[in-house]
Amino acid sequence: NGPDPLITELQDWASYTGVGVDETPYGMPISFESHVVRRNVEWLTASPISSINFTPIHALDGTITPQGCAFERHHSGAIELSKQDFRLMINGLVDQPLVFTYDDLMRFPRENHVYFCECAANTGMEWAGAQLNGVQFTHGMIHNMEYTGVPLRTLLQEAGADISTDKWVYVEGADASSNGRSIPMDKALDDVLVAFKANGEALRMEHGYPVRLVVPGWEGNMWVKWLRRIEVTDMAVESREETSKYTDVLEDGTARKWTWEMDAKSVITSPSPQMPITHGAGPLVISGLAWSGHGQITRVDVSKDGGITWETARLGKQGDTKALTRFYVDMDWDGAPMLLQSRAIDDTGYVQPTKEQLREKRGENSVYHNNCIQTWYVNAQGIAENVEVS
Amino acid sequence: EAARAAELEVKVAEIQVAAQSRVAAGSIAEPAPQIEGRYGLGRAALTEEIAAWDVDVLPDGRGLPEGSGDVWTGEEVFVDYCASCHGDFAEGVDNWPVLAGGFDTLADKDPVKTVGSYWPYLSTVYDYVHRSMPFGAAGTLTADETYAIVAYILYSNDLVDDDFVLSRETFMDVEMPNADGFVVDDRADTEYSEWRTEPCMENCKEEVQIKMRSVFLVETPPEGGSNSVMNPATVDDLPSFTAQGPSFIPTAAPAPDVAVEPAADPAPTPAEPAGEDALIAQGEKVFRKCKACHAVGDGAKNKVGPHLNGVIGRTFGAVNGFKYSDGFVEANAEGKTWTVEEMTAFLANPKSYMAGTKMAFAGLKKEEDLAAIVAYLLSFPE
Repeated sequence: NGPDPLITELQDWASYTGVGVDETPYGMPISFESHVVRRNVEWLTASPISSINFTPIHALDGTITPQGCAFERHHSGAIELSKQDFRLMINGLVDQPLVFTYDDLMRFPRENHVYFCECAANTGMEWAGAQLNGVQFTHGMIHNMEYTGVPLRTLLQEAGADISTDKWVYVEGADASSNGRSIPMDKALDDVLVAFKANGEALRMEHGYPVRLVVPGWEGNMWVKWLRRIEVTDMAVESREETSKYTDVLEDGTARKWTWEMDAKSVITSPSPQMPITHGAGPLVISGLAWSGHGQITRVDVSKDGGITWETARLGKQGDTKALTRFYVDMDWDGAPMLLQSRAIDDTGYVQPTKEQLREKRGENSVYHNNCIQTWYVNAQGIAENVEVS
Repeated sequence: EAARAAELEVKVAEIQVAAQSRVAAGSIAEPAPQIEGRYGLGRAALTEEIAAWDVDVLPDGRGLPEGSGDVWTGEEVFVDYCASCHGDFAEGVDNWPVLAGGFDTLADKDPVKTVGSYWPYLSTVYDYVHRSMPFGAAGTLTADETYAIVAYILYSNDLVDDDFVLSRETFMDVEMPNADGFVVDDRADTEYSEWRTEPCMENCKEEVQIKMRSVFLVETPPEGGSNSVMNPATVDDLPSFTAQGPSFIPTAAPAPDVAVEPAADPAPTPAEPAGEDALIAQGEKVFRKCKACHAVGDGAKNKVGPHLNGVIGRTFGAVNGFKYSDGFVEANAEGKTWTVEEMTAFLANPKSYMAGTKMAFAGLKKEEDLAAIVAYLLSFPE
């Protein structure tokens, strides 16, 4: 209980000089933060080349995801495609099929928007009950970045595309999987971006360098990386990724297709299994993320007793449309166990459902589009665990 | 064209009205401007270029090329290119997709979603196999090979007889069992209409009980990554909750082995690789082109191609359990050995070096890539 030597004694860093500029021309996080990294779960997929990892959302705050820890999902591995080798073709129902270089794209008027990108399979393991003990693993297939890009409608106009509402835009990537997806014309004309920057800098290889598609509010699989072709068609192509995958099997064996929008969802990121309460009773910050593919988050409610009583959380700032919103509940914790839940509400009035509500409609076989309310059991020691409640 | 231009103008006007309402609502960002007419950027796509990239096939068969393939040819091609992951009978190996069977399982707890039981359109099978398979050598299958593989997949699902020949002409005759198994997203009617209501805030339930604890605990080992282990804990010793709070406070709450973030030690700075090390590091990058089919290093097993531990110095076609093409079998009988020179020549142009090789790889054009990959392979002795 004596004086703190960190204060009373001269410390190395207060006496010796530190490193000079240019020590790391492109900076990495300080070594003390080296645990804030993407992680995967090996047994989920057959090979890391066609796999997914998870954003460490438990350790982040605010809303912007740094590119270096934003989750990756590849179908045939991440490829190295240079700006010089990049070509983007528009063909199909257009007056003039065109080929753009990267430099061509730089000459169209561009926009800046913050959007979340969530894999349709985020929280997919949890249909069958509480599975993985960590918000990184249950909810980490999401990132949120500020994109710079050219509106897709500008490129469609440039090629003289047939933009009647019964037309489709089929997009594919330059990688071996090509990951082709069909997008209805209304969405293509609305807010889809052909993006080349994220958070101010070039896209990372793992996110589709040099150019990817940004499809705000819609499942991440449609955000085609290493974009190479845009084809205007008169019907959906019904590619592998929109029939055999990313469709939702219901209880009776029929399946929903074209379930593109990601419904409103939220989760408490701290406390959570990877972020136990280490300070005992007293002031406690509960923090989490909320988002909706339909628009803005207008309200988030938090329960500490498993859904018996709810209070409205404080939003970090007014949420952008189709972007992550940070929320907080600042409380005085008495040290008693808690069942923490959060519930998002968007500007369409949609209220995030419980897992039971989702199962009543869909059964347990859907894999994708699980936006249920998540529960963390926090014990008297402050340790949190993924649980399912009545 | 005039009608389209008029339609686009209406859309743009709508977008601008929406933007103005955003400005009024406090957002002052405006959408990128649209100009009259076009920017004149890009160049016309050539017919050959469109033909090279526009190979997608639509559900009604548009986009299918000339060609054909029968079930028996399909079986041979399938065994060569697909079976290492999907199994000889399309039954799936390890975690790789099962392509056959699973009929009448879609309403079960763990539905088996195969080409036969789940895929609604045959066009998807052709399109995907032709464009994205085989894994690690996408785009190398001919139209005939693709027709044959698809015919074999249909046969392995009992959807066609063994004398079936798939072509553009027979394509639309095939009926996919689950063609009517899909409905277009109906969440707006079945879910949103119910869930867009003011939610309960107080006394929403009498009592809450924990029904299930996390099945897996996820640990972060010191070397990085993540391990998951089964959670031995049960719900028995946990409190239930009412509006008055938890039913009791466990005195010694059982602590699951949570992955508490380690206070990380400063990471050692890796020494700058130089000379031979740099070449090996470069070779590791080049090897990305190979690793969908070949494994190398500790515990490397045969994949689509044989493992490559100690490959330089070993006899041609000598890995146990790997089915080589005839050329390699002959070279093995002659006792021919992989030297640096032989490997370099092979990797520069596999098909001309060894006629009939199953390796679907075009070859490395750059001298430095060849030197790097050889150095990399040499760094993995038997």
